[in-house]
Amino acid sequence: MDLNEIVRTRGNTPDQLVGVLRDLQKTKSRNYLCDEDLEAVAEAMKLPESHVYSVATFYSLFSTKPRGKFVIMLCRDVPCHVNGAFDIRDALETLLQINMGETTRDGIFSLEYTSCLGHCELAPVIQIDDRIYGNLNKQKLEQIIADYRRR
Amino acid sequence: MEQIEYKLLTRRFDIIDALSIDDYIAQGGYTALAAAMKMKPEEIVEEVKLSGLRGRGGAAFPVGLKMDSVRKADSEVKYLICNADEGEPGNFKDRYLMEKDPHQVLEGMIICSAAVGAHKGYIFIRGEYTRSIYIMSSAVQAALEKGFLGKNILGTGHDFEIEIYTGAGSYVCGEEFALMLCIEGNPARSTYKPPFPTTEGLFGKPTQINNVESFANIPSIISMTGAEYSKIGTKDSKGTKLVSLCGNVVKKGLYEVPFGVSIRDVIDGPGGGPLQDGILMVQIGGASGPCLPPDMLDIPLDYKTFADQGLSLGSGAIIVIDRRFGVLDIVRNTLKFFKHESCGKCTPCREGIYHLLILFDKFILGQAEQKDLDTMMQLIETVEQTSICGLGQAAPTALKTTLHYFPQAYMSGMRTNRSRVI
Repeated sequence: MDLNEIVRTRGNTPDQLVGVLRDLQKTKSRNYLCDEDLEAVAEAMKLPESHVYSVATFYSLFSTKPRGKFVIMLCRDVPCHVNGAFDIRDALETLLQINMGETTRDGIFSLEYTSCLGHCELAPVIQIDDRIYGNLNKQKLEQIIADYRRR
Repeated sequence: MEQIEYKLLTRRFDIIDALSIDDYIAQGGYTALAAAMKMKPEEIVEEVKLSGLRGRGGAAFPVGLKMDSVRKADSEVKYLICNADEGEPGNFKDRYLMEKDPHQVLEGMIICSAAVGAHKGYIFIRGEYTRSIYIMSSAVQAALEKGFLGKNILGTGHDFEIEIYTGAGSYVCGEEFALMLCIEGNPARSTYKPPFPTTEGLFGKPTQINNVESFANIPSIISMTGAEYSKIGTKDSKGTKLVSLCGNVVKKGLYEVPFGVSIRDVIDGPGGGPLQDGILMVQIGGASGPCLPPDMLDIPLDYKTFADQGLSLGSGAIIVIDRRFGVLDIVRNTLKFFKHESCGKCTPCREGIYHLLILFDKFILGQAEQKDLDTMMQLIETVEQTSICGLGQAAPTALKTTLHYFPQAYMSGMRTNRSRVI
């Protein structure tokens, strides 16, 4: 789906802005909205570019910088913290050879912190795309990463 | 041991297929709606008032009073919003309600829409909850096909449509004005109250906004009558509470208990007890909630008992933290959370939390002095009292309560250990 189609389906009233940005970002292989995207959205929604930019940079699910094909989001809030989230972070950083906030050189994975994902009964938890992976340990993590590499 | 769990809202969980409206109907679903549609709007509101139901999102405002205000508001256009932006760390109850019994939530919303005279409703679901979004969207579609939603509901002439609105990652969206600003297509930076949403809410119109769990209670209240419902729980807190139990316990999970059950009952009963290292402290409600020491866990889940101690029950999470962790580590995590999630609009929250963290780190490094402690105490009060919205007002709670209940943790972070902490 391209931007025109997204706006046609959703309509261009202001209450659809967040949804349009979400749908548009989903179509992007690098999981982000570039300046041209935001300009185009502003024009299609008949909104000031500054407004679209302020919305796109406010919400954490949007990125204005290129990210990996798969964004790995690690929860670091207290319920995950006390269930070993920071061990999971260390394992992820070692496994992918990048630090939190970075993207692997091959452009496949990005590592990000996220606030609580609401799956605390499965802590520690990560989310990749729309999927939640819980009750993590190092072995499980290696398996998950290997599976995504093969995709 | 006496029965601790009480299955009212969770009674159909895992018995029905969440995607099947027929399963829900076969278990008595939508009979409350049929009954409510034969009642006058003020009679529905009266039942909810009689039930004593208070908002389950954290603020605990009486739901019936809110409905009454919106019902009486003089406006052609009114909105109903279901707040499913569950972002408070430690909570997952709303996700369970949406994913295991979505029609219970819808039925509650439809009944409320008839009571207050709203024809358009939104379910604001956080963007991370992709499964909830899918299930609620399917449920809305199924309800439309059966005539429980849409035009002329059950032949009564009442119209009501529901739109699923998806958030994009922001804790502050759980705050009602921030949430409405998000729906209107803005960054979620909250605003001053009053006016309250009941008079000037979404798009400036009277709006009833309630938490998922609040709406989920409505069908039960109509079915069993408000008077019967009010027999569950305690004198001051009626009904059941969904408790998201997590952290260092044997059986993490969602449990439904009547009000009046103690924190310890939940941890030791359905929770199977703490892990072997023993409890250091328990954080109630989530990141915005108080941290309590083990000797306070016999306090019952009850709005008034909590309020009498200057505490808040919040949205009902119980996060157990065991002795492998330090008090200051946990509080630091909480402060960093609020620093990250502050929308940045008002100075006390944006700058206050930032500076609280700087002061706090002196305790972590063992370099704090008496003046740092004094400044921190003052700043806590400023942030609590002068932030615009609930985020800032609640941000220092973990810090404040640990200063009170765990003074030794802060004493050991001071250069001279002679200072007096509260």
